[in-house]
Amino acid sequence: MAIENRSGNRRKRASIPPWLRGIGSTLFTVLITMVGLLFVTFIIGRVMPIDPVLAIVGESASRATYDAAYQELGLDKPLLVQFFIFLLDIAQGNFGESLLTARPVSQDLLRVFPATFELATVGTFFGVLLGVPLGVLAAVKRGSWIDHIARVVALIGYSMPVFWIGLIGLLVFYGKLGWIGGPGRLDIFYVDMVPNITGMILVDSLLMGDMGIFRNAISHIVLPAALLAYYSLAYISRMTRSFMLEQLDQEYIVTAQVKGLSANAVIWRHAFGNVKVPLVTVIALSYAALLEGSVLTETIFSWPGIGSYITTALLSADMNAVLGGTVVVGLVFVCLNIFSDLLYKFFDPRAK
Amino acid sequence: MTNLLEVKNLTVKFPTRHGVFEAVRRISFSLGRERLGIVGESGSGKSMTGRAILRLIKSPGILEADYITLEGKDLLTLSEKEMRRVRGHRISMIMQDPKFSLNPVMRIGDQICEGYRLHARASRAEAKKKTLSMLETVLIRDPERVFNAYPHEMSGGMGQRIMIAMMLIPDPQILIADEPTSALDVTVQKEVLEIMDKLVRERGMGLIFISHDLNVVSAFCDRVLIMYSGRIVETCRADQLHEATHPYTVGLLNSIPQLEHPVDHLEVLQRDDAWSKDPSVSGIVETEEIA
Repeated sequence: MAIENRSGNRRKRASIPPWLRGIGSTLFTVLITMVGLLFVTFIIGRVMPIDPVLAIVGESASRATYDAAYQELGLDKPLLVQFFIFLLDIAQGNFGESLLTARPVSQDLLRVFPATFELATVGTFFGVLLGVPLGVLAAVKRGSWIDHIARVVALIGYSMPVFWIGLIGLLVFYGKLGWIGGPGRLDIFYVDMVPNITGMILVDSLLMGDMGIFRNAISHIVLPAALLAYYSLAYISRMTRSFMLEQLDQEYIVTAQVKGLSANAVIWRHAFGNVKVPLVTVIALSYAALLEGSVLTETIFSWPGIGSYITTALLSADMNAVLGGTVVVGLVFVCLNIFSDLLYKFFDPRAK
Repeated sequence: MTNLLEVKNLTVKFPTRHGVFEAVRRISFSLGRERLGIVGESGSGKSMTGRAILRLIKSPGILEADYITLEGKDLLTLSEKEMRRVRGHRISMIMQDPKFSLNPVMRIGDQICEGYRLHARASRAEAKKKTLSMLETVLIRDPERVFNAYPHEMSGGMGQRIMIAMMLIPDPQILIADEPTSALDVTVQKEVLEIMDKLVRERGMGLIFISHDLNVVSAFCDRVLIMYSGRIVETCRADQLHEATHPYTVGLLNSIPQLEHPVDHLEVLQRDDAWSKDPSVSGIVETEEIA
C-alpha cells in the first residue's frame, strides 16, 4: 500500500507542493503509529486475566445480569470487530468509565495530564536552561574544576533516589524553614478557587489575574520541579558535554580559529550550532520521560498527575483508566518525536 | 628589510604516558614574499609546524621557540586577544579536506563573511558584496547560489575554492596551505593550485605550501624544506630539487616512477636512524639572497 501511495505521489508531484507532501507523509506516519499503539494496548487489555464484566457487575450478580453486561460491552463480537469499536470510541475521546473514580476516563485524563504537563515543562525548562550551558562549559574546560564539579553534580543526580531527596527537601524547606508550600498543587485554602481553563494552575491563575494564587502555586511547584529539573540536568549536561567534545575535535573548529574568531564565537556559533542537532533528540526524550509522569515524585508531593493516576489504576485493575492513560502517554511520545524531527530538519540543512 | 616570517628553534611536544613526544624539534626557517614548500611524510611534523605558526597547538601540546616573528614582531609575546588579530587578518590557513573544514550547518556565505566582518569591521551588505566578488575571483560561476548554499551541496573542488576565498578575503600577508589538494581529484588539483598560485602572486603574499607530493612542490614553489621526523633535513631551491644530497630526499626522489624513464624496479627507501638524530638544518634565508 505504501509503495502504491508513493508512486501515486510521483505522478502528482508537479501539482502538490513539497511542504504539503511533507505534512501528509508525517500525518500518515502518525496515524500508522497510533493505530499500532492502540492495537497493542487493546490486546494487553484483552489478555489480562481480569474479567471486565465481573469488575462491573460484581461477584454476586446473576447469570442474566452478567450476560447482559457481557453483550453490552460487545464482548460477544469477534476480536477484530471489538478492536474497531474500540478505535471508534477512542476517536471520539471515549475511553469508558473509570472504576475507581466512577467518572469518564477522558475527564480524569483532562484533570491529571495538565498537572503532569505543568510539572514536566517547568522541570525540563530549567533542566535545559542550566544543563546545556553546564555541559558546554564542562567540555570547553575539560579536566578543570568546573568539569569535575559538573561530573559530581550529574553523578549525584543519577544515583540519589528521588524519594529520598524529595522527602529531605520537604523536611528542610517546608517543615523546618517554611520557605515553600507543602505537598499538593495549592494550599487547601485556594483549592477550587481556580477555574479549570487549561488545567495548569500557573497558567490559569495568571489568566484570571490572581497573583496570590499564582505565587502560592509557584511555592508548591518549586520543589518537585527543581527535583525533576535536577534529574534532567544531570542527563542533559552529560550528553551536551560528550556531543560538544566530539564537535570541538572537528576540523571546522580549527578553520573558525584560523579566521581569528573569539573563543565564544567558536564555541557557541560553530560548535554549538552542530551540537543543537543531536541535543534536540536528547531533550525531547528526557521531556517525554517526565511527561509519562514520574510516579515517585508525584506520590511524595501528592501531585495529582498522570503517573500516579495510571499506577493507582493499574494496581486496582481499572483497565479503562490504564488504557486511556497509555494512549495519552503514547500520543505524547509521537507528538514529541514529530516535533523533534521538525526541529532537526530546521537545525541541520543536511536532513532536508 | 626583514623577512616576512622568521621562526627560530621551534619545538612542538606532547607529553604522553611514555615520556614527551616531540613532533617538531628545534626547526628554524624564514619566509619572504615567496612560495615555500614543506615536504615530508605523514608524521614528519609539517602540519604541526603550520599550526604552530598560528599558535593553534591544542592542549596538552606544548609550543616552544626562541621566536616566531611576523615582520619583526614576535608572535609568542602577543596576548591571545592580539593573536586573534593576527589569525585570519595577517596569517591564514587552508586545510586539507573541505568536507571537514567547513561548518556543515552554516551557510557558505555566512562562513566567508564572518572573518571579513570581524577584521574589516564591515557592514553586512558590504561583506556580502565583497564575498560575492571573492567567490568570482576563485572562479565560482554562480556566486549568489553558492552564497546561500550549505557545504554538503558542494563538490570537493568547489569546497576548496570556497576555503581559499574564505581565507583570502581579509587580505592576509601569509597563507599556509596544509595539503590543500590531497583530498581532491587529480584534475581538480591543478585548477585549485592555479587559482591559489594566481592569487598569491597578485597579492604579493608569502605562501607556505605543506605537501607530501614532491612533484607538486617542485613545480609550484620557489624553495623547499624537507622534513623528516620533526626536523628539517634538507633545504634547497625547488628547481634544484633533483640535485638534493640528503639520502632521505634522494631516496624519496628515486621512489617516484617516471613516465619518460620507466624502470622495472622502483627503489625502496632505506631509512637510517641517524637522520632523526642529526640536528636540524636551518631554513633561514636573508632577504637579499632571495631577491
